[in-house]
Parts: sequence; C-alpha cells; structure tokens
Amino acid sequence: MSPRVTRLVLGASVPVLALVAAFAITSLVLILAGDPVGDVWSQILTWPERRNLSNIIDNATVLYLSGLAVAIGFKMNLFNIGVDGQYRVAAFAAAVVAGEAWLPGYLNTVLAILVAIAVGAVWAGIAGALRATRGVSEVISTIMLNAIATGLVAYLLRKAAVREEGSNALNTKTIPEGSRIPNISIGEGAATEIYGFIFIAAAAGFGYWFLLNKTRFGFDLRATGRSATAAVASGINEKKMIIVAMLISGGAAGLVGLPIILGDSYHYGSTFQSGLGFAGIAIALLGRNHPIGIAFGALLFAFLDEQSNPLQILVGVSPDIVAITQGVIVLTVVITYELVRRYGVRLEQRRVAQVLADESVAPPPGSGPEHEEVKS
Amino acid sequence: MVTSTASTASPDAPPGEIAVRLRGIGKRFPGVIANDDINIDVRRGTIHALVGENGAGKSTLMKILYGVQPPDSGTIEIDGEPVSLHSPADAISHGVGMVFQHFMLADNLTVLENVVLGAERRHGIGAAARREIERLSESYGVDVEPDRLVETMGVGARQRVEILKVLYRGARIVILDEPTAVLVPHEVDELFDNLRELKAEGISIIFISHKLDEVLAVADEITVIRRGTTVDTVNPEDVTARQLAELMVGSELPSPSTETSTVTDDVLLSIRDLGLDSADGRPLLEGIGFEIHRGEVLGIAGVEGNGQEELVEAIMGMRHGIHGTIRLGGRDLSSMSTRDRRASGVGYIPADRHRHGLLLEAPLWENRVLGHQFRPPSAKHGLIDKPGARQDTRRIIEEYDVRTPGPDVLASALSGGNQQKFIVGREMSSEPILLIASHPTRGVDVGAQAAIWDHIKRARREGLAVLLISADLDELIGLSDTIEVILRGRLVGTFDPAKVTPEELGSAMTGAGAAA
Repeated sequence: MSPRVTRLVLGASVPVLALVAAFAITSLVLILAGDPVGDVWSQILTWPERRNLSNIIDNATVLYLSGLAVAIGFKMNLFNIGVDGQYRVAAFAAAVVAGEAWLPGYLNTVLAILVAIAVGAVWAGIAGALRATRGVSEVISTIMLNAIATGLVAYLLRKAAVREEGSNALNTKTIPEGSRIPNISIGEGAATEIYGFIFIAAAAGFGYWFLLNKTRFGFDLRATGRSATAAVASGINEKKMIIVAMLISGGAAGLVGLPIILGDSYHYGSTFQSGLGFAGIAIALLGRNHPIGIAFGALLFAFLDEQSNPLQILVGVSPDIVAITQGVIVLTVVITYELVRRYGVRLEQRRVAQVLADESVAPPPGSGPEHEEVKS
Repeated sequence: MVTSTASTASPDAPPGEIAVRLRGIGKRFPGVIANDDINIDVRRGTIHALVGENGAGKSTLMKILYGVQPPDSGTIEIDGEPVSLHSPADAISHGVGMVFQHFMLADNLTVLENVVLGAERRHGIGAAARREIERLSESYGVDVEPDRLVETMGVGARQRVEILKVLYRGARIVILDEPTAVLVPHEVDELFDNLRELKAEGISIIFISHKLDEVLAVADEITVIRRGTTVDTVNPEDVTARQLAELMVGSELPSPSTETSTVTDDVLLSIRDLGLDSADGRPLLEGIGFEIHRGEVLGIAGVEGNGQEELVEAIMGMRHGIHGTIRLGGRDLSSMSTRDRRASGVGYIPADRHRHGLLLEAPLWENRVLGHQFRPPSAKHGLIDKPGARQDTRRIIEEYDVRTPGPDVLASALSGGNQQKFIVGREMSSEPILLIASHPTRGVDVGAQAAIWDHIKRARREGLAVLLISADLDELIGLSDTIEVILRGRLVGTFDPAKVTPEELGSAMTGAGAAA
C-alpha cells in the first residue's frame, strides 16, 4: 500500500473502531439493565422518516458549527470548553441586534451574523488573552466563562425581553420577516424543511479547511499545535497564535446558535438550547478535526438523538441510553486514536527502514564518509 | 595507537570476580543498529568506564542492562548467573541500579521521603528507613541530611540522593549515565571521592562518559564503544586521552580540519555587550562581544550549561530580556522578531533537533516549510506552496544525501543523522549569510557527521559567517578559524585553533588555566 492510502485507512479506522466499541458497551449496559437490546437497536437503526430526516439535518448543522469551533482550538492544542458559553452570548447579542432591525432586510441579517462572530470571538478571546499573558489554562478560564455567560445572558435577557400576553416566556424582540434566512424544503409540508443556514455552515467548513491547510497562518497554527518549541524556533509568535486561535474558535462558536435564531425561533428566549458546545467537543474528537469528519460526526450525533426520541414509547427504554453511547464514543475515539497513531508511526518507521535496506548495501564496518553504493 | 581488536573483554578474569558479563549484545531500531556484538566484563568492586561518542550506543546498552529494553541478541550474566531483565524492577532485584543524567526527584519532598518513595516495603517509611539511610551514608561516605528538602539542594547533593536511592534499593552494581555533565569541577571531585568509597565497599560501578580526562582519572578499566560495538577494553595507565579519542572515533575517520583560510575583513555578525539575567537576577550571559567575518567559522567551547544555549537563543530572538546589540550585515537585529531575523539571513541548526528543529509527526515537506513559512519555495502570496515545498524537499534529499523514500515520510521515521542532514539542508536554503550550528553532529552516526562537517566547510567557502557551538573539542579545533571559550556566561579566552591543544581548551573551559 502506498503511504497515502495507509494513512487514509488508518485515519478512517479510528471512528469505525470507536463506534463498534461504543455500540458494544452500550449493548452491555442494556443487557445488564435487562432491557431489550435488539428492540432498542432496531428502533435506532431504522431509516428515519422525512420529518425526522429534516430534524437530523437541522441539528447536525448546529452541531457541525460547534464541532468546527472546538476543532480550531484542538489544532493548536487549545481545549476550548467554552464554546457553550460563547455561542449563547453570541446568539443572544445577534438576536437583540436582529430584533432591533436597525438595518433593512438582509443587511440586518448580515449585521446580526457579524455581531455573533464578534461577540463569540471576544468571549473566547478573554480566555486566549489570559492564557497568553498570564499563563492561565484555557480549560479553567473557559469553564468559568461558561458559568459567567449563563448568568450574564439571563440578566440581560430580563432587560431586553419583551413580555408576550398570557405567557411566562422571556424572549427578545422577534426578528422581522425580511431578515430571516429562508428554510429549504426537502419534502411535503412545513415539517420537512431544513435550515437555509446549512450553506453558511458548509462555507464555514470550507473556510476552516482552506485556512488550516492552505494558508501560512494555518501552517503556523498547526505547527504550534504539534510542537510549540519548534514553532518558536521557526519564528512563530506563540502568544499571538494563542490569542488569534481563540478569537477564530470563538468566532466560529458565535455561529452555532444562528441557524435556530434566524431559521426557527426568530428570537432568543429563556428556553434557548444549551449544551451544544459540549456536544461539539465530542464531535470534533470523533471527526478527527477534519471538516468532512466533523460533518459525519455531527450527522451521527444528530441521528442518535433523533432516533432515540420514541424509545420510551415504543420499547420502554429511556432515550438517555444514547447519551451513554455518545459518551462512550468520545472515550473510545480518544483511546483508539492514540493506539492507531502509535501503530502508524511504527509502521512508517518500519517501512522507511525496509525501503532503505532494500536500496542500499550495508557499508563495511569502519568505512569512510562515502555514500553507500546504490543497487541499480 | 593502542592495539585494537574486535572484542577484547579480558578473558583471563576468574569468573567469581566478574559482577557483570555482557556477551554479544545486539539491538536494532528501525533504520539503525544501536548495539551490535557488545562484549564487556565488569569486575566486582571496580569502576568500569564506558566511553564513546554521542550516538555510539552507550545509552541503549545501559537501558538494556537496566531492563528498560530487551536486547535482540546476546546474554547478560550477573555474578556468573545468566539473567533476563524485563523491567527496571527485575534489574533492581538482581542488584543493578541506575542513576540517570536527568534526576528523578520530587523537589517538594525531603531526602528521606525521596529515598523511600517506591521502596516503602524495604524498611517502611519511619525510623527503620531513617536508620538504614544513616547507615548507608556512613558506610559509603555519601553525605546527605535526611530531612532536608530536595528543592533547597544543589546539583551535586541531588546526585548523591540519587545514588543513595539506588543503594537503598540494594544495588551492588550502579550505573551512572554521564554523571559529570551537570556538575561543576569541584562537585566532580566530590563525586569521584564518593565513587572510590563505593568501590572500596565492593560496589561495582559502570560509568558512562565521553569526557576522557575524567574517565582516565577515575576508572579502573575503560571500554570503548564505537558505532554500536565494543572496540577495545584498556587500562587507564596504558593510554593517553589522545589514544582514547582515536579509539572512540576510529583512526580512519575524516578529521574535521578545514582548508586554507577564507576569512575576510568584512564583518557580518557583530555582537556588543550582550547580556541576559535569569529570573532570580543571576547573570546567564554577561558582556558577550565578538565579531564573525565573511567566510569565518567562530567556535564556542565550553562545558555544557555555561550559557551556550542562551547565547544562541539570544541571537535567534527566542529569549526575552536580552540587552546589548546584535548586528548582522549592517542591520540591527536586536529588536527584531525571530521570524524577521530568519528573514535577514540567519540559518539555525538547533542543539535539540526534536524540540526545536522538527515537527516529528509531520511529513518532511512540511518540515521544509518550518522556519521558512514566509518565503519561496515554501509560500506564495500568503499561501503554503505545497508543490514548491515538496520539490525543494526532493532537492534537499538529493543534495544532502538524506536517506528517505520521499518527501511525504514523517520526520520521526528518519534516523537522527538523516534528520540532521535534512535540517542542515533546509537551513542552508534561501541563501543565509549567518549559520548558527549548535552541536551539529550530536547524536548522529559517523557518516552523517563527516557529511555535516563538509557542509559547514562549504558554507565557510561560500562566504557565510558560521557560529559553531560544540562539546566536541576536536570538531571545534578542526572546523573553527577562531575559538572563544565561554564560562559562566562570559567569554573568557580567545584561542587560535591551529595552535591550541584540547588540554589547553579543557582547562580554560573549567576556569583552571589562564586565559590567553
């Protein structure tokens, strides 16, 4: 096998092995609990109906953005646990701006998106600046910022909210119709529409790939993630990279809540979904920080969530069982990745040694600096 | 030249006297033969030195003897019994202990706590352990205070704690891996006194080093390892340092000596009053000043840890808090970033290629880009030029004889010598005017060493200014046009390599001799 193919196969084997292990462990839990293993899996693994399919795609769009945001940090060896707080602060700010409708039509939408990116970036940038200037672990500071985000948004929502008649819900002003992102129909009826924001998510994925793999900045970022010492010796300013990477990660996190705000709820309310940032960590791990891999990971998580919904009614098992599956996936993917990585490095070393042994005759002991003879 | 045959482990020693007998030990790693047909006899109650160049296979051999790695072939006998060692615990139970070059002590614990840590079953952690430690330090003359915190202790004292740890675990054979590398001269003398006491008490010591004068001073027998195999075992009375060095490098090897002088009057690198203080205000570099001309190699000699690393990182802009001026070809580098300094024409071969020179888990072509992200052929219009970088990687592989199947191979899959040749090739790209070579041949095989010497000579011929830092005095004397000696962060003497002897350099490096 050529080294490229070997690397691809090894890379793909990680999620496959991880999934197999995760399904096995979940089955074990079901057996121990005395639940009908077969029924659970046959429900989860049936092909979803059109209506479910659109839900899956919608959720996957949101999770994909979250996964991208986390992956940018991972590429730099930064663990941005704070995507959860970043997207909620950003979504709130964007909803307020869009609701005010200072600009007409889609200009308002563009403004809202830019505000979300900026707010997410600033929120993450706090952790980046603390890490770069004071050496504060970004893990700790982003967790703290999550808690602060929860309190801050709840406080500000009370100020910004408009109370509807006969409802206890606290919501920001509704976004005018002309500034909403239209949904795309994939079947009959309103229940089978998907977010138009999916195109922006896809563009973000492409941008992520291009930035990391094609630009000098992306090279610097990956080099710093691989070896900070070598990066510094090569002339990369590590502190600057930490701050910029956190800003970009936070900016991407700012997009996470927007499909919902601009395509579904049209306001930010007290019931706005939380926890998407944590799912993003799992998805980035599962997708190996690759833009296509993250898409598969997001689809898988959305699929498991959607398909487990009727478990309680149909087979009498709590849908929370898929949370176990999802959690185990994260653990197994980390373990298998490390195993496969080590195996890959060893394989490569052996291959190189083999190739070199084939093409050269071993020099006699004590020979001089002359090149070894090469067999023709 | 001393008579040198393939294997000369003294065959006449009576078997009861031999503490460790190694026969035909071999160990291969992908792409390298680390050990091949190693034969050594260590007599009981003696200091047996193991000398060889960096990368000759000493450390691998000791890891085998300490059970860290199994040998691929050969036998180990301890006190006449064949043993197979699968782990350090195995080795300890057979009475083999090892003191590593890098200490493994918990700074926030006391000497007593450090010694008993992990060996609680021997004498507990209380009064019995304390009695045992006191008994050991008395009978072996290892002077330690059991209740002192390790973080308050100096390097020499920490090393004694490490030795005590090994003895506490019942070792009768103690391996010391380059124990003097971290010590200042008077600490070295203390260590040697300790070792002589241990030997008098019947402990056998294996002493790994490449400092020949130290080996000659302390060892009872010396085994020389070259290219992974034992080439000779000699008595220190019978050899000189020069002869030992010849045994280590092999008489047929090329000498690093340069051709006729190419030094010009044109000053390329000029350093004035360079200084750097450590966090606690101690000067790491002080009043450093020198010039390197076009076509000149300036060698820096010194015992490791006397400021060489700081000097290089100061010139590269990798350290904060540097004062003084650094000018290269008329431009002031002092306030430039590392990247701008590289762009001004500095090539850098770092001392630790794994930490500072390579992305080990990235393919070679990405490593070609590293440090050259900002210019062709690595980049175009802010984008990484992958085809350009790959093609230039092929050129380096070809021109610098890097043994690899191609530019997509991970850097970690290459042997040390090939990694280093690749780095030299990369840093010589993009027409640098200053080449900083820090220990350029450390840990590489002799073939790569000769090739790297040739490249440095070529750089000099082509009119580069070369700053060469090395622990290998022959390399320094052979390649340099001028040698400066660094001691405790200051330049203490300038020598002409055509006239200086390694002995003179050696005494200047330790501050013993008068500076020229």
